This record gives sequence, C-alpha cells and structure tokens, in this order.
Amino acid sequence: MTVIDSTVLERHGIKPDEYELIQKLMGREPNLLELGLFSVMWSEHCSYKSSRVHLKTLPTTGPRVVQGPGENAGAVDIGDGLCAVFKIESHNHPSFIEPYQGAATGVGGIIRDIFTMGARPIALLNALRFGSLDTPLARRIFEGVVAGIGGYGNSIGIPTVGGEIVFDEMYAGNPLVNVLCLGIAKRSDIIKGAAKGAGNPVYYVGAKTGRDGIHGATMASAEFDEKSAEKRPAVQVGDPFMEKLLMEACLEVMKTGAVVGIQDMGAAGFTCSTSEMGSRGGVGMSVDVTKVPQRETGMIPYEIMLSESQERMLLVVERGREHEVEAVFEKWDLHAVKVGEVTEGTRLKIHERGTLVGDVPNRALTDEAPVYRRPMKEPSWQKQVQQLSLADLGTAPSAQEAFDQLIAVPTIASKRWAYRQFDHTVGTNTIAQPGMSAAVVRVKDTKRALAISVDGNGRFCYLDPYHGAMLAVAEASRNVACAGGEPIGATNNLNFGNPERPEIMWQIGEAVRGIGDACKALGAPITGGNVSLYNETEGRAIYPTPVLGVVGILEDSSKTVTRTFKTDGSAVVLLGDNSGELGGSEYLATIHGKVAGKPPAIDLKREAALQALIIKLIRDGCIESAHDCSEGGLAIALAECTFDTGGLGVSADITAVPGDGLGVGDGPMGATFVINATLFGESASRIVVSTASRHLDAVVTAANAAGVPAREIGRVGGDHIRISVNGQTSVDVPVATAENAWATAIETRMQKKG
Amino acid sequence: MKFSVVVFPGSNSDYDAFYAASRVVGEQAELVWHKDTDLKGADAVILPGGFAHGDYLRTGAIARFSPIMSAVRAFADRGGPVLGICNGFQVLLEAGLLPGAMVRNDRIKFVSKHVPVRVEQTDTPFTAACASKQVLNLPIAHGEGNYYAPPDVLDEIEKHRQVIFRYTNAAGAVGPESNPNGSLNSIAGICNRQRNVVGLMPHPERASELPLGSADGRVVLASVVKALAAQAPGPRSQVHV
Repeated sequence: MTVIDSTVLERHGIKPDEYELIQKLMGREPNLLELGLFSVMWSEHCSYKSSRVHLKTLPTTGPRVVQGPGENAGAVDIGDGLCAVFKIESHNHPSFIEPYQGAATGVGGIIRDIFTMGARPIALLNALRFGSLDTPLARRIFEGVVAGIGGYGNSIGIPTVGGEIVFDEMYAGNPLVNVLCLGIAKRSDIIKGAAKGAGNPVYYVGAKTGRDGIHGATMASAEFDEKSAEKRPAVQVGDPFMEKLLMEACLEVMKTGAVVGIQDMGAAGFTCSTSEMGSRGGVGMSVDVTKVPQRETGMIPYEIMLSESQERMLLVVERGREHEVEAVFEKWDLHAVKVGEVTEGTRLKIHERGTLVGDVPNRALTDEAPVYRRPMKEPSWQKQVQQLSLADLGTAPSAQEAFDQLIAVPTIASKRWAYRQFDHTVGTNTIAQPGMSAAVVRVKDTKRALAISVDGNGRFCYLDPYHGAMLAVAEASRNVACAGGEPIGATNNLNFGNPERPEIMWQIGEAVRGIGDACKALGAPITGGNVSLYNETEGRAIYPTPVLGVVGILEDSSKTVTRTFKTDGSAVVLLGDNSGELGGSEYLATIHGKVAGKPPAIDLKREAALQALIIKLIRDGCIESAHDCSEGGLAIALAECTFDTGGLGVSADITAVPGDGLGVGDGPMGATFVINATLFGESASRIVVSTASRHLDAVVTAANAAGVPAREIGRVGGDHIRISVNGQTSVDVPVATAENAWATAIETRMQKKG
Repeated sequence: MKFSVVVFPGSNSDYDAFYAASRVVGEQAELVWHKDTDLKGADAVILPGGFAHGDYLRTGAIARFSPIMSAVRAFADRGGPVLGICNGFQVLLEAGLLPGAMVRNDRIKFVSKHVPVRVEQTDTPFTAACASKQVLNLPIAHGEGNYYAPPDVLDEIEKHRQVIFRYTNAAGAVGPESNPNGSLNSIAGICNRQRNVVGLMPHPERASELPLGSADGRVVLASVVKALAAQAPGPRSQVHV
C-alpha cells in the first residue's frame, strides 16, 4: 500500500493543513483512493474554496428566480409555466493544452449541466480571450478553439448564437474559453441533482470510462509552467454523438417520472456525481466500481473514480420502475447500468467486486471542504497604473488615422471568421443573427423571446477590479436592453490568477463586490456560475476577467431591434453623456500602446434609468436600431451601426468633450487629443439609437422624463461614415471601405502562415 | 396532406422540419423513428438535417441501413415525394436514391450563413410553387456540402435537368465567389431521374418565417402541397406537376 507522504500529498495538490483536516473528518488516515477523492473534490475547481466566502455576498434571489446557485444550473421564470435554465462555465486550462478538444468538451460539459436540469438547450454563447493574432501560438489556439466549439455544438444541433472575443497578449499563455448554455424547461419538469430514498438504484449511463482526464480538475487548479504540455493526457476527448443520444434519452427518461435525481459527470467525474448527489439529498450511496463500464483494461478504483471521461450521467431511479428507465435508454442504443444504490446514512461507500475499498462521509468531500478567507492586498502598482496623463503620450494621430486602425483591430473587428463556423440557425429560434449587440432567441409556442449577452473587460478590471466588474455587468445588461430585453437573471464566470497571492485575491474580492453591487442595482440576480483560478503562466497572471452573462426577456419578440440602421433619413440620437474617458480604452492600447488610467466612471442609478428607457422605447416601437458604445467609443459604435446594412451611411456632429478634465494641455496636439477623446472615449451608459423623424420628439420626451440625456447627433444616409466634432470633419470614409476593413481583419490575420 | 419526418438518432433539424411543415405550412406532420418500418401514412417524406449516426465514418453512411430506409426506398419507388435536407441529402446519396457524393467543403471549415440559391427547375414536387430562376435566401450549415460526381454522371445529371438548386449571387448569377463549398457546377440540390426525390444542402425549413431572417424557404414545403393537390384525385402512383 502506498504510504502517504509529502510527495504523494504534493502530487495530489493537498497542503499539509488540508491533510490534517482530512484525517480529522475521516477519523483516520485515508487510503490512496480516498486521498484521490479529496484531491479532486477539494480542488479549487470543484470546491470554490478561495472564492466561496466572496460568492456568498452576491444577490441570488428575485421574483423570477426558481433555482439559484448550487445546482447544475440556475433557472428563472419566463411566464406560461416555463423557465429559462442557464449557466456559464469555463474550460480555460484544457483549451490551452489541446485547443480543439478542450473547447469541444467545454461545450459538452455546459450542455449536460442544462439538460440535467430537465431543460432542452436552445442556445450557446461564448466569451473567448486569446493572445495577439500576430503570433502563431494565438492563431493556432484560436483556430482550434473555434473549430472545437463548432465541432461539438453544430453536431449536437444547439445553435451558437452569440458571444464576444478579445485578443490581448495578457492571454497568450492562458486563453479563456467560457461557454454559456441556455435551455427551456417547464417549471414543473425541473429536476435536481439530489439522491433520495434508501434502496433506490443508482444508474450509470453514457460513454465508457477510460483513463482520460484523470485529475483534470486538479490540473485546472494549478498554474502552468514549461511542463504543462505534458499534461495533455489530462484533457478529455469529446463525442458529440454520444452526448446527443444522452441528451435525448435523458430528456425522454425524465418524462417517465421515474427519475429521482440526475447529475452529469463533469469535473471529478464519478466522484463528484456520487458525493454531491448524496450530500444534496442527505443520504449515503454505495457503488461498485467494477460495474462501471470501462473502455480500458486493468483500471483500478482510483482511476475509475477520478476519470473525467466525457458524456456520462448518473441517475437515481425510483425502485421498481427500473424497466421504464432502461427501456428509454435501450431505444437510444444506450446501456444503462446499475452501479449501486442509495443508502441510509451519509457515507459514500466504494466497493471493488463487493469488497469495500473506500468509505468517506460524502459531506466531507462537498460541504465540509475547506473554505479559505485568503489574505487580500491591493497591489502596490494599482494606484500607479491608474495615473494617466495624455500630455505625456506625445503625439496623437488624427482621428481619421485612429479610426482606420481601430476599425480593423481584431477585438473590434467583425467576428464572422469565427461565427460562420458555428451553426446559428438550427432550432429555428434565432431572431438576431450573431454579430449584433445581444443574441435573441424566440421561445416557441409563446410570443416571448430571450435576449442574452456575455461581456467582460479585463483591461478595466486590471485598472480597477471593483469598477471594472460593475462595468461588465452594466455592459452585458445594456446589450440585452438594446435588443429590448428586460434583464431577469445573470451568470458569472470569474477568471483570475493564483488566489494564493494576496494581490490576486484582492482582485477577486473587489470584482465580486462590483458584480454584486451592479447586479442588485440592475435587477439581475446571479443564479449560478463558475470560477477559474490559477490562470497564470510562469508567474504572470491574466487580466482579472470576470465575464457576465445576462439573460433578458421580451414579452413580444416582434419588437426586438438590432444595432443596424434601417432607414435613410432617420435621426441618430445619443442617449447618455459623452465624457471622453480614455482610461483603459482600446484607443489608448492600440494607438498609444498604453493600458493605464481609471476605467470609465459608472453611476448605477443612471445606468438603470438608461436601460429602463431603452426597453420602453423598443416596446413602444419608437426606435429602429439601438447599439451600446463600448470598445472604440462613439465613433466605432456609429460605424458599426452602418455595417451589415448594405451600405447605409451616417452623418453626425458631436460636441467636443471639455478638454480641461483630460490633462491634454493647450496647443494643436491638445486639440487632437480632445477630438480623439470625444470620438473614442469609452464612457459607460451610452446608447446610439436611430428613430424615424416622426418619433424623435417622443424619444427625447421619454428620455427627459427618465432623466437620461438625449441629443440628436446626426442622420442616417449617404454612403459614407461622416463624423465631425464641433463642426470640424474628423472621420469621413465610405461605408464599404470601413466595412471591408472591419469584416476581413481577422481572416486576413488567420491567413498568415505559421 | 401529411409529412413524415424521419428521426435518426443524430438528426438535429428533425423538429425544425416538423415545425415548418405543421406550424408554418399548416399541414399534418409526424416524426417517425428510424427503427420503425412504416412511414405512418405519409404523403411526403422528409429526411432532416443533423449527423444521423455521428457520421464519424462518412456523413449519412450508416443511416442507409436504418430499418426505415426500406420504407423510404419503397415510397420513393412508388413515386412518393421525398426531400432530403443537408444530412438528409447526404443520406439519399449514400442510399443511392440520388447520384453523386459529398466531400469536405473546399475551404475545409464548417460554413454557416445565408446564401442565395437559384431554383433551376420547377417540375419537381418541391419546386412546383416556385417561379423559374427564382432566387431564394436560405441558410447553409455544413462541413461536407461539396457536391461531387464523376464527369459522365455530372453530364447525365445536367442533361436530364436534375440540378434543381444552384448557388448564385443575389442577382442569380453563378460564379466561383458565390459557391460556398466548392460544389461542382455550383450544385446546391438535385433530383432523381423520376424527379420525385430531391436533395439539397441549404435549409428551407430554417427560412420559413420572417423573424428568422428569411421566409423564402417556405415555398419548398408549400410546393409539395400544391403538387399533391394537382395530382389528386386518384391513387398515388406517379407525381405529375
């Protein structure tokens, strides 16, 4: 028998004090199998041990919340007895090591979380981060991740309807792959991952268990170093066809009413599903690993318990109704195998050919996992990076030159290279095509639709995690509102570095605080999410990157609008204030190579008023298009409103922002900076709308009543993008030229060899 | 009339076709499991999109062995209208109900977008309600939609006016820039010699309602309603349009 010494503990990622706690909870020394169970269940990925104290502060309740955090996914009421079931999840570490399979299995994992709740998945979105596309490594990872997302989602037939992609060298060694899945369930059909009823049989169904992915959760809870490529066997391989069969069979089997509880085997596989189901139901579970279908020979209990082979489910079935369940799985050519039963008590007992080989209180693996209130310390450089003096930047290019560059920056450019590889029409629910502010899917058999957006700005969070996180919530929520959706729920994916460093932990604490405050103010409770830490390579962490997914509801799907201008001659109105804030902007990063300053200020009351206004205007049918201003500011937002319209241009005149707050000094260079700040500043809480002249008064009146600044800045028309500042033409380019640069920027880079 | 939509285990547009037939076109429709052996009184059969059996071997390669395919073949032999959409088209090719084969898209990657598709012939049950050379805006979503046939077979197909849909630009002109996958002769869809079996890669069922971005595809299912009405009364022996 293996002696558990410091080497063994280190290999399992278990700290000495954690081992002491394990012995205390066990009342004895664990054997190697049991140690393995603790290793995966107490990993950061499964236990949230560093983030839990912070996550507890998030708002998780609301009039529509049916299921908050703690289940496989969250659920909100959308009327007519239906629920939207959704969650976001990351597969960051595997996607670096093996981009295609890492991303594909990430999609597979989140889809299982949704149908496990009894919901039929109808939409996928993703939030992706890569290094610069000017490097071969980033191109290879981007190519693989996009193909993997498509390869899985397209096959199974769930449309990928939207998302966002950012390229920045801070993600070169740690790409982020966050995938959100949304499904629809009857409220009465929602089923949970809890085991109940001693004597009820426990079934295993799906793919056979192999040695793939052993310690995947542990890998996702450690930093990368030069040896990370050796961890490739810890990345799982996906089989979307198996998942499709599982999805259909599980949804069908749930309708029999014979299923007591169900859970997918994701991270920590069989260990997680057995201990969590037992723990949630307050019961024990007894399983025999030899009954688990295996695709490799000679697997030991340790390997079977820790395998992360994909496309596997665990079900607790009502005793006496086994045949009903088995019949459905047979129909789908799946073999459901009884691997154990629910027991009295609270222990997870693992047998091998009838012999007890592991015996652990299941709460010790789940609820009693250590919770750390890790030390937090504001980084010494934090205040310093918030300093920004435009005068120190030297020369600024003309607005036209800056516009030409920004429109073709991969982060701003069209993401069609990616989303054309995603089937976005399957399911016949997709109302807003990818590339709009928010994805919009209709809810069949109702008049309603759901608008969904995922957003995050790592640069803002690096400069100020509290405000950066608030801005992420505000942007996702604003995008949903711009499609006419009233936010009803949110899910978050926290992507950070090593939480054992007080500076990273401070970022996490501040970001969660920001998310909480913004979600409260904007009426979007958090119903679930995911935490991905240790996103570091050789000691360098990614930008702190909380990604928010917000779901909103439209009572009348026919009212939705998109970002694109519709009619020649319509008035263009800016809702919100243009204040020229350049801190953390794409302009500063791209044009001046600088990431500095304070992120844009945000007043949540004003943001809420703006969002309520745009939702009302859309409901009243007063506007033709709505587009939020984010990366690249007002000028880029105006340009984007002209794209995908067949060349419908815009002429706008913007009032220059006051120069005195910018620290630009006098003189001609100061004047150029003022113009650029006016056009490319990324102030929050702004929406560009277009409206027919006859509705203009109504729009302005409604805005005034809501206390939202509204100003007509121009007209739709012509075939140029013409933007002047205080009457002085600053940007003038044919729509076709700008659109071509924007549309082809990513594919041009992807055609580079290497 | 009644549509039967065959459900293979990996079909993923089965419900989309069912929905378009029943809820949009307003006819009867039924989903028929691939292990079934009869078509439940179908007047027209749809083989839907998806990846019938995982398609790790070749798209549609295993589906032709599904029990229901004997019934589909018999139905087609009797002149019954059969439509294969995307993967359903691939299954018809593998089953030998249509000539030719599908290979990987010439640009390798999966392609998902709306494209203009020109109706070449209106004397099939699935184009009977179309105008000649009508251009439809339809979504495609496939990785293997690159139509191939040996030169002699291709000549025969063209000679017998079996090309039913072609990829074009919005103005209806054929050209390499408007061919999304490298298909020979820009072929998007074909029929058999008897003209009752039609397969196409684009998805008319996903473009049957305006909120989805295009309602142009509705005419494909509406055509079969018209064709069958024109054929009645009398036993269904041959489709006359």
